[in-house]
Amino acid sequence: MSKVSMVLNGKTVSSDVEDRTLLVSFIRDVRGLTGTHVGCDTSQCGACVVHVDGKAVKACTMLAVQASGSDVVTLEGIGSATSLHPVQAAFREHHGLQCGFCTPGMIMSAVDMINRHGAGNLDEATIRDELEGNICRCTGYHNIVKAIKAASDQMAGMSQAAE
Amino acid sequence: MAIEGIGARALRKEDKRFITGKGQYTDDMVLPGMGHAAFVRSPHAHAKVIGIDASAALSMPGVDAVLTGDQLVGDGIGNLICGWMIHSKDGTPMKMGGWRALEPEVVRHVGQAIAVVVADTPAEARDAADAVVVDYEELPAVVDAVAALEPGAPQIHPEAEGNLIYDWEIGDEAAVNAAFASAAHVTKMEIRNNRLVPNPMEPRAALASYNDAEEHHTLYTTSQNPHVARLVLSAFYNVAPEHKLRVIAPDVGGGFGSKIYIYPEEMVCLWASKRVGRPVKWVSDRTEAFLTDAHGRDHVSEAELALDADNRITGLRVKTIANLGAYMSLFSSSVPTYLYATLLSGQYNIPAIHANVKTVYTNTTAVDAYRGAGRPEATYLVERMMETAAREVGLSPADFRRKNFVREFPHQTPVIMCYDAGDYDATLDAALQAADYAGFAARKAEAASRGKLRGIGLSCYIEACGIAPSAAVGSLGAGVGLWESAEVRVNPVGTVEVLTGSHSHGQGHETTFAQLISERFGLDSDAVSIVHGDTDKVQFGMGTYGSRSGAVGMSAIVKALDKVEAKAKKIAAHLMEAAEGDIQIEGGELKVAGTDKKLSFTEVALAAYTAHNLPEGMEPGLKEGAFYDPTNFTFPAGTYVCEVEIDPETGQTEIVSFVAADDFGKVINPMIVEGQVHGGLVQGIGQALLENAAYDENGQLLTASYMDYTMPRADDVPSFNLSTHETLCPGNPLGMKGCGEAGAIGSPPAVINAITDALGSNDLTMPATPEKVWQLCQGAVKQAAE
Repeated sequence: MSKVSMVLNGKTVSSDVEDRTLLVSFIRDVRGLTGTHVGCDTSQCGACVVHVDGKAVKACTMLAVQASGSDVVTLEGIGSATSLHPVQAAFREHHGLQCGFCTPGMIMSAVDMINRHGAGNLDEATIRDELEGNICRCTGYHNIVKAIKAASDQMAGMSQAAE
Repeated sequence: MAIEGIGARALRKEDKRFITGKGQYTDDMVLPGMGHAAFVRSPHAHAKVIGIDASAALSMPGVDAVLTGDQLVGDGIGNLICGWMIHSKDGTPMKMGGWRALEPEVVRHVGQAIAVVVADTPAEARDAADAVVVDYEELPAVVDAVAALEPGAPQIHPEAEGNLIYDWEIGDEAAVNAAFASAAHVTKMEIRNNRLVPNPMEPRAALASYNDAEEHHTLYTTSQNPHVARLVLSAFYNVAPEHKLRVIAPDVGGGFGSKIYIYPEEMVCLWASKRVGRPVKWVSDRTEAFLTDAHGRDHVSEAELALDADNRITGLRVKTIANLGAYMSLFSSSVPTYLYATLLSGQYNIPAIHANVKTVYTNTTAVDAYRGAGRPEATYLVERMMETAAREVGLSPADFRRKNFVREFPHQTPVIMCYDAGDYDATLDAALQAADYAGFAARKAEAASRGKLRGIGLSCYIEACGIAPSAAVGSLGAGVGLWESAEVRVNPVGTVEVLTGSHSHGQGHETTFAQLISERFGLDSDAVSIVHGDTDKVQFGMGTYGSRSGAVGMSAIVKALDKVEAKAKKIAAHLMEAAEGDIQIEGGELKVAGTDKKLSFTEVALAAYTAHNLPEGMEPGLKEGAFYDPTNFTFPAGTYVCEVEIDPETGQTEIVSFVAADDFGKVINPMIVEGQVHGGLVQGIGQALLENAAYDENGQLLTASYMDYTMPRADDVPSFNLSTHETLCPGNPLGMKGCGEAGAIGSPPAVINAITDALGSNDLTMPATPEKVWQLCQGAVKQAAE
């Protein structure tokens, strides 16, 4: 058993877990945050993407102990039903989800993508290329790409307005 | 929020929970004291089970039990069944081999479950399952359907001699022979439809609990049709009587057909939870999903098309061998027969059609309905034949199709279906215009100047949705009726709950169904809740598949709304001392025509429940139910145009443009309909370019993970150009046809027709991988040089 401590969605949490516990199991089963999903367990589908110290990580392929001491953010940590993150809002506005299962990872990857490229700097080809690590079976990606582009552009407008 | 009725691009009511992580999928459910199941699975495609030694596993930490097939059979749990009886052309019933949820004697495909371990944690259960020692005697295996029919092939089930399940036919063979005898031209092809794995992103899961004091079971599961699951689990598998079994399908992460069926694992969890005395949860991992979720397609066909001197089709002859895998899944028998051969007339006048279908057991995962189910196989065959025939006789593929279109409705085909309405010219014209078909030659020349091969391909598909009426499908062998039910409950405060037997696993019913209520009563959709997926709440339902939830499910809601409206009008007329015929419902109010008298919907609802002043003899309350049994199938149709550019150096195919023009009848929410088409198109493009369930000769599935099975990703596909053309379906009150499967049905032939056009070679099977295309490019490059 190992003691794992981390800041999870802004709150310090700590639990003793089996050494082999994956970060995604820690988040879902130990902490009860079920917004992060497991779609393939081989780091291919991206339904489990969370942010660890500001970087997008597939939580099915990282041990919880490796994330000990880190700042971890899941889908539940970026916005709420009453205060949606612009990417969450854009997925709804542009019908970027159907069954919702891949959506947590899509949104977390999209936020990371916008952070890395800078808001307003994403075109369709870049978004499609960047989504290589996230599989969706429902939407055909068309509206996911639209949603991410719209969110990126909107966030650029927001940061301009703030300046 | 504004009133968003029929035709509005209403944003989805269900989205907020999904985008904030508040969805409730089966794996999110936790019950006190629950244990976890892991299955012991066969590593062999065909083997006798000589012995099972669970002693080491039983002594491992956290392990409650290791249960096997002998115990399952001993407890009287029944075999898994196929619910659609097909008779061979000689009149004999299909030959169904026994399928036990845990197999005690002979395993017939890799991944078949032999035993289950229940332990405290998923990891402990997995560890212990790995420690169960099974002694096998390997038997020879066969994976290819054609090979399985050959003399001397390994015999898979004692019930099906020579592995033949049925040898079925449809149509008039003599008429077809006569058409070919006098044909001016015959186009002949061998057509393969590759095996696919449905791959909803949420793997299957089950959480079963048993209350011994109540003798009552509850099953949370990833089902497209929880009532059908309860019926089958009760009536055939003897798990529990229906009134002692509650099946809940909460948020379900996609289905595409694969979550229609009742599989061994869900049934074993129910049985095991009673056996071990604690709730039992099982969640499939992705490789288990590849090995056990019902696969789709896997046909090999020989097809011949006869034309007269004027290039009109006079006959179609088809011989198909369909691989059903190692066991007959719930609706597997209907897919290569009534869902396939009945669509072989396409959008065309074909006076004579004959199809012979043989279905075959092999040592592979069971095959059943996957998005489109039979109709993609029919469409691929017909549309590859149409394109090829046009090339052979030197007509433009569009003109050849146009020459043979059905234009008068109703149109009786020679293969059962009676098309009720459509306008195939309209969708063809719209698609050709959107694709700038006329400008293709210039684009091809421009691509050639860059060393690229450019091609364009058409597909004019038709499908049949809303499978029905019940009496008709019953006469064809279906074990269930295919109606739908609905209940509309108006609460005393005027809010509305609609209980539906349809099930949403991505389709957005909570939004579209609410739009219907908004349209009808002028209520804000926030005042409407759609309830589905729980056998304790909804009276009964057939679930969601076959693009039936609009055409059948919403029609049931309309029937219930008719009754609610009639009663509300009676109450309003009574309260306002007006004639019932003068009451109009508008903007959430019941008004007396030509006066300023009105009551709000809430006032009428409250009056119905206070019951202080109701018309003489009227029962209190405002709640009505309805069952709707369709009068006919519905027939969505359309034209897809795919344009590709191929790099002859690498064999890489890029889809540079994809146009879809569909006729779905009445569209309730265009945004959701477009989303359905996008998703279907990418599944069809995946079939055409990327996806293939590949077995080696020993029956090992080589593509059993996302590292091996090529799922379409965002950079494999383009954005799409969509349009709809509306001819109303005369068979249901809203005029709806269904849109869920069209994309997957219509797109594969469009893609392959485009690639073969670019290459000038027709010798291509799906998936058109870069390797296959590169091989053909060598010929194309050589031809160009000569």
